Amino acid sequence: MTDPKIPVTEDELHAYVDGELPDERHGDVEAWLSSHPADAERVASWRAIAEALHARYDQVFDEPVPPRLQIDRLTNRPPRRWIAGAIAATLAAFIAGGGAGWFAHGAAATPSIFRNFTVDALDAHRLYVVEVRHPVEVEGSERAHLQQWLSKRVGYVVRAPELDGAGLKLVGGRLLPGPDAPAAFLMYESASGERFTLYTSRAKTDATQMRYASDDRDGALFWTDRGVGYVLSGPTDRDRLSEVAKQVYEQTDKSGG
Amino acid sequence: MIPGAAAVAETPPRGRQVRANRAMNDFRDGVEELIPALRRYARALARDADIADDLVQDTLVRALRSEKLFHGGDLRSWLYTILTNLNRNRRRALARRPPLLPLNDTGADASGTEAEGGDIARALATLVEEQRAVLLLVVLEGLSYREIADIQRVPIGTVMSRLARARAHIRATLAGERPMLKRVK
Repeated sequence: MTDPKIPVTEDELHAYVDGELPDERHGDVEAWLSSHPADAERVASWRAIAEALHARYDQVFDEPVPPRLQIDRLTNRPPRRWIAGAIAATLAAFIAGGGAGWFAHGAAATPSIFRNFTVDALDAHRLYVVEVRHPVEVEGSERAHLQQWLSKRVGYVVRAPELDGAGLKLVGGRLLPGPDAPAAFLMYESASGERFTLYTSRAKTDATQMRYASDDRDGALFWTDRGVGYVLSGPTDRDRLSEVAKQVYEQTDKSGG
Repeated sequence: MIPGAAAVAETPPRGRQVRANRAMNDFRDGVEELIPALRRYARALARDADIADDLVQDTLVRALRSEKLFHGGDLRSWLYTILTNLNRNRRRALARRPPLLPLNDTGADASGTEAEGGDIARALATLVEEQRAVLLLVVLEGLSYREIADIQRVPIGTVMSRLARARAHIRATLAGERPMLKRVK
């Protein structure tokens, strides 16, 4: 083999591997590689890198697109806009309020229901999130049974939302006494052990404004939807809490409550 | 999806509104088609599934919001540009936090294809941001050097040198040479 008249540069080797080399140089590069084993080895290693990258990441390409990235959700979703507005308003109010201690401002409606619900839910949250061995009565692995059982006892359809998008897995649930009626209590956990609970019970109000409450350790978001009150409790990190709340809201909305 | 959409598509355009709707749908279809690739790129770039999908979500929201600003250029390059910029902003915001690197991360516990995947992911993690982006855009996403130069707003020569350095570095890392020691203050 003879060397091509013009020596092959490293840029050309990259261009060759990436399909950017002008056709007329192809023969030259191939001849060069057959007489320059070190370069040939480099080119082979670059191809191996490409293979490894595809082997590792093409699976992401093939996965179904998660719901939160679906274009219909991103373009056409009044509930989400509504809730985002509600949360933003709540958070603005919270920040204005100084963020210390209990906080239950917000417009006119039914502070007592808000208060009863959140107090009960946060009590339950504090009591059970520290439980290592028996945080729930029915494990998340028995999701269908859990939903059926809770639905029957609370008198509306309970569906445990999928919160994988927020990195949370269903630990399970239990039945609790609520302000006016039995309450369904669901617990979620992240890979790092961060726990969220969702407390729902019949609520005699149609107020749908989202409210935020917190003490020094736990935060809670409260809202009602078609006669059911929801309290999502978790860390005081408001962004994280509202991120999870949005997902809960979207799914309960979809399932028809 | 939209009832009557087919009927609308079959009737000839009746004016500006219909054309505008059609353009909008083309735009959205175009964006939608690119989501799997954007997720792949984001996952490799950010190396964390949640952060990656957050990046994609922010990219999509931003793109859909600025639909009117998009005048029929290359949609794919545009979306990769948004994502790349968002990731740079995110990293800037994180820059003040001390990085947490795994201790004694030898990869000896992994095996088989898992090990391959793990190795390449670890090797990627040792690259500087710009080099990682170039490598992924060329190799994984198949963009041209020209497109990447536009995305990163640098001359093609800079893209080439970033690519060369990225490949050399990954090759050394995979070959088991000690990657350059991170400077510790």
